[in-house]
Order: sequence, then structure tokens, then C-alpha cells
Amino acid sequence: MSKQMTGAQMVVKALKDQGVDTVFGYPGGAVLPIYDEIFQQNDIRHFLVRHEQAAVHAAEGYARSTGKPGVALVTSGPGATNAVTGLTDALMDSIPIVVLTGQVPTFMIGSDAFQEADTVGITRPCTKHNWLVKETDDLPKVLHEAFHVATSGRPGPVLIDIPKDIQFASGQYTSPKQAQTSHYQPRLKGDPEAIEQLVEAMETAERPIFYTGGGVINSGPAASQLLREFVEATGFPITSTLMGLGAYPASGSKWLGMLGMHGLYEANMAMHGCDLMINVGARFDDRITGRLDAFSPKSIKAHIDIDPSSINKVVKADIPILGDVGHVLEDALRMWKARGRKTNATAVQKWWAQIEQWKTVDCLSFQQEGKVIRPQHAVARLEALTKGHDRYITTEVGQHQMWAAQYMGFEDPNRWMTSGGLGTMGYGQPAAMGVQVAHPDSLVINVAGEASWLMNMQEMGTMVQYRLPVKQFILNNERLGMVRQWQELLHGERYSESWSEALPDFVKLAEAFGAKGILCSDPDDLDDAIMEMINHDGPVIFDCLVTKHENCFPMIPSGKAHNEMLLGEAETQGVIDAKGSVLV
Amino acid sequence: MSPLKIKKGSNSHSAYNLRPTFSDVQERHTLAVIVDNEAGVLARVIGLFSGRGYNIESLTVAEVDHEGHRSRITVVTTGTPQVIEQIKAQLGRIVPVHEVHDLTVEGKPVERELALFKVAGKGDQRIEALRLAEIFRANVVDSTLDSFVFEITGDVGKIDAFADLMRPIGLVEMARTGVAALSRGAE
Repeated sequence: MSKQMTGAQMVVKALKDQGVDTVFGYPGGAVLPIYDEIFQQNDIRHFLVRHEQAAVHAAEGYARSTGKPGVALVTSGPGATNAVTGLTDALMDSIPIVVLTGQVPTFMIGSDAFQEADTVGITRPCTKHNWLVKETDDLPKVLHEAFHVATSGRPGPVLIDIPKDIQFASGQYTSPKQAQTSHYQPRLKGDPEAIEQLVEAMETAERPIFYTGGGVINSGPAASQLLREFVEATGFPITSTLMGLGAYPASGSKWLGMLGMHGLYEANMAMHGCDLMINVGARFDDRITGRLDAFSPKSIKAHIDIDPSSINKVVKADIPILGDVGHVLEDALRMWKARGRKTNATAVQKWWAQIEQWKTVDCLSFQQEGKVIRPQHAVARLEALTKGHDRYITTEVGQHQMWAAQYMGFEDPNRWMTSGGLGTMGYGQPAAMGVQVAHPDSLVINVAGEASWLMNMQEMGTMVQYRLPVKQFILNNERLGMVRQWQELLHGERYSESWSEALPDFVKLAEAFGAKGILCSDPDDLDDAIMEMINHDGPVIFDCLVTKHENCFPMIPSGKAHNEMLLGEAETQGVIDAKGSVLV
Repeated sequence: MSPLKIKKGSNSHSAYNLRPTFSDVQERHTLAVIVDNEAGVLARVIGLFSGRGYNIESLTVAEVDHEGHRSRITVVTTGTPQVIEQIKAQLGRIVPVHEVHDLTVEGKPVERELALFKVAGKGDQRIEALRLAEIFRANVVDSTLDSFVFEITGDVGKIDAFADLMRPIGLVEMARTGVAALSRGAE
């Protein structure tokens, strides 16, 4: 049923028709007609952020914790340019979000009008796709197509730039059903012959390993379920990237922990020594592979990915399988069962014996001694005291992020939100906000460093306004810890600009925003303080003063291979040569 | 080396033409990309090449299906086999891209380029220019008493050769369209 309505009404109608109930945004001149429509309805809740970057990260947090696309609405010019970091973050981590930007009226485009920016030009390389709508009649079609593109295939951010006159003008609305089917239909089913090749390889492999990534999470909860079933049935060990944590439970018996630059010793050694690597929805990122020519030299590599450009991009796949992780796992599992559930059990048992030996290195062990809290201890206690809760964790970027990944266990997908690909400091706080909006009764904690946290600290205002009881767990070492660590290892301990001078008093800051502040500096007080944080019904800033010169281990230095990991302070002298130091 | 009975580098079951090894050899490929003729589509294609550091040797674009609003972009690019595969995969995932054809892989394509040459000179030089143009089947499309504009079509090599011959006898400037290409045969 077609209906005449204004462009602004179409935006709100299309959002409703797409099942959207939440929008994060910030008004401005070029989106006023849409805000006027939002004012006159009650189905879509709008959350007023304090900065447009936060609106996009909040939409990401919402999307990652629900599996539904997140929506952000911002104005033209600076509103759009402020959204660029969030868009790039979502592109790198394949997060489905729809960003709506206002634009100056069509007849003023190109005239350097007030708050005009070439938004589609600026965001072309940092969106999966974007549109500038020049006819009101095109608007509903573009809106529906945007949701389709954002959520199909490899998910990602899309942007629709809507000039103000298009929002005012009237046109025909078309529902999602009436809208033309898009030609954009990525292939979901994997090639059966390639899947058979994978199953054959699994039947004979002596030292197999599952290497899983964010693609499993993106494929939906069913994919995680299939993965779990496959792992348990085969008995193969499994490791995951930072992005894929929670797809297989951390308490599972086949779990080796995270791999990569700060991954666990047993996970990286197993990757190096395996003879069959089953990459499920991961992309051989440089944080994972280390030195490429020494990356898992003796393995057959199977790669399941929905994006053809991920396959063979950096590591050659011996068994490339193009398709959706869930579909491919389902087919592979069915085929493996039908062929008699075979594995090379004796060899795999021997492989596990080797892995158990690596595990005895106990690479994450540390001693909490003295009167200063070690950051590892703080995260380990946070984990112990919140494990049983209905819990979601976000992080900022840096050492604290790696410690959270190492010391916290994730039992389910969509519970862990962190900026993996882009490494966006300032991500965690607004993302946590988006998570809390989607899960109002759950415990949402942003594990942060004080420097990252300050990058979007204005969002405390949003959290207080909407009573979002997010817990900001700040590991405060008064340093840019990861930068400092690299300067120690690579730049002759010249700590150039890597300390946080003139930090605020976080307790007073919390109070200034109308939230609760907790300061903890004594290891003996830590548990009580964490409990106080959990039990407080409202937003909390937890200022945890930790040791200042802690390094994050294990670490694969740049330019080194998986089996050349550093495990502790004693091994760090002169390990990275000049060639390695140019890598980041 | 491996107990697995899979030939290393096997790519026979791939949905894409995946190369067995990453080689350093630079190859020249002609790609035909069928796209929706919508605003910004050329910028998306060019942005992909510049953003990811790929080469463009030549690029032509025009709408070929006016009813369906489809354009055909012909790109001549160079790179290692792995880079060429990446370029095709990256092009393929641009939303308004419908088809990506690697004409070089599909069989040596028919490639043609049109060029205009302005040649100035008098006397013998002028006669020599005309004689060479005749050999190359170039047409005179503009003439004054001391200049010609020649129009020539052919593959890149032919046009390069004509330019080399014209240079010593008064080549003033030239304009080239870039390569348009089709695969051979009925399909």
C-alpha cells in the first residue's frame, strides 16, 4: 500500500518497518525535519549522545550485543565528519550499522553552504556502501536497501545522506515488501566439493586446530552452536581471535584461549605446529599471523569466509570455502557425520598431550604481591566476582584490552565488544552505552585504561541522563600503557609523550556528572570495592590505581613468528631488530 | 611432508580462480566491470585502486545499456597474480558492481584504443607524415597548410608505434581514449 508522506516521515516509517526501536543521535540544522517526526511518535526511542562519534560506537555496541543492525542519526558537516571514526571502526570489524546524515538542501550542494561537507565522498572508503538521496521518491527504496546491504554477506556500516529539502518534500512510501529485491545477494552456501575436501582433511589430520574469528559471531548464534557441536564431536582443539571470543565457551574442554600477538602460549604454539588449520570466519590479520613466512609453516590451511577478498589476501588457502560460516559448518558437520564421524584419534590424542605440555608453561600466571594492585590481578578479580552475572564486557584499546581478553572468560557469543581491527581508543564507553540500552537489566562493564577512557568521557552525561548503569572499570596506571611498553621494547626506553599528566580526580568527576565514583588502590580492598560497584544501581566510575610499568605478556614481537613468543620481563632485551621496529 | 592426502596448493574446487602460489611475476590484465550507472560508481572503483595501492594503466567507462542503466568499465591493470585476484575480489564486493570479467584469463581479448595525433610540419615532413598515416590506416580528420590531426584505432602497441614514428616529424600533442576490450568468440 503506497502512501504519500514527507521524506522525514518516510525515514521514521522505514525505521519502524525495519524493526528498529532504538536510535542514537545528535540533532542539527540539516536533520531537524526528522527530529520533528521523532518527537511526534513513541515507537522509536532516541538517545541523545554528547558527540557523534559516540552515537556510532553506541550503535555498534547495540548491534554487536543483539545481532540486529544499530542506527545512528547525525546532522550534516561536522556531524557527519565526527561519525567517520565510528564508521571505519564498524567497517574493520564488520558490524552492521545504518547511519543517517542530514545534508544541506540539494540546490545548495556544492556551494560551500553552512555545515556542508561531501559526506558520501568522505565516507565512501569507510562504509560498505553509501547513498546521497536526491529524490524523495527514492528515499524508501534506499532506506530498505541500506538495511539489506548492512546485514547481508559480510556485514558492515552503510550511510544515507539526506538533503534537508528531500526531508520536507512529499513522495510515495513503499514498504520493505514492495521494495525491489536487491541484486546484492552474497552467496551463503559453500561449494560441497570444497567442504568434502575439508572433511577428508579432518578425518586424517594428526595435529588439527580450529582457528575461529568474528565471522562466527556475525553469522549468528546458530553458527556458534554448530561450532561447539563440531568441536566436541571431533575433539579438536580450538583457539579464537580477539573478535571471536565467546563463540566457543571459555570453560569448554577444547579451549586453548586467544591467539595472536598477546595470545596464549599454548594457542600460538598449537597454531605454529598444527598440520590442519581450520580457519572459521577469521581473516589472518597481522596481529594473528606475526611473521608471514614463518606462520604455521607445516599446515594445510582451510579458510571459511563469506568475503571472497578475505580468502588468499595474506595467507594462501589450500582449501578455500566461500560461504556463510553457519551454512558451511552445518554442511560440513552433516557430511562428517554421514561419512562415519572419523578422526585420526590416536594422533589427535598425541597432539593433545603435546598441547597439555605447552599449557604447563602457565603463561598467564602472575603474583599479586606488595601494596599496589597489579592490573592482571584487578581483571582476574573482576572476572571472578562477575562471572556468574548476566554480563556484557566492552573495552577501550591498549594493555587493559589484552588483559581483559586474557583473564576474562566468555561463555556465549555477543557478550564481548571490543575494537579489534581499527583499535579505536574511546570505543568502549559509548559501546557499553549501546549494550546497556539493548540489555537494560544486565551487568555492563567497560574495562578501560584511563587514557582511552578520557577520549569519550563526555558520554557519562548520556548515561546519567538515561540512567544507564554502566560500570566504568578503569585500570589507571597514569600511562599510555601499550605505547609505553613498545617504547620500552623498541625505542630504548625513551618514553616520549606516553604518560597521562594532569589526570582528573575520577571520583569527583563521577560526582560532577551525577554518578558514583569509587577509588581503589589497596589490593586488600579490591574485592569489596568491585562488589560495591556491581551492587550500585547506577553508572559508576571505578578508578583502580595499578602498577605503572606493567608489560603485557605473552607477546609476539613484530617481525617474529608464533614460536618466538616473549613470556616475561627477563626475555625482552634486544629482541626486536631494526626490521621489526618499523612494523606496528 | 604432510600426512594429509591433499595436494598442496590445490585450487580445483575454488569458487574463484585462486592461484596456487604467490609469485612475484607482474602480469597485465584487462578487466571488464559491469556496474550500475549511478552517481559515484566510478569514484568507488578508482578509490579502490588508489586506496589499496593497485595500478591503473588505462580506464574507460561508458553506459552500454541505456535501459538498464549499466555501464562497462574497462580497466587495464598490472600486478602479481595474487594482487590481480585481490583486485577482482575487491571489485566484486562493491555493491553496485554486477559482474567482473578477467578478459585476459578468459582468452586473449580484442583490445582497441582510439587516438588523435596533431602533427605540424611543412614540405617533406608533411608528405612523410601522410605516407606513414596511410600505412597505419590513420585518417586525417583536420588539416591546415602546416598541420594534420590524425585519427587512429588499434591496440596499444600499434598506437605506441605510430607515436614513435610521428615524434621526429612534428608530433605536437596526442589524445588517447584508453583500451576498450571484448572477449573473442560467440559468448
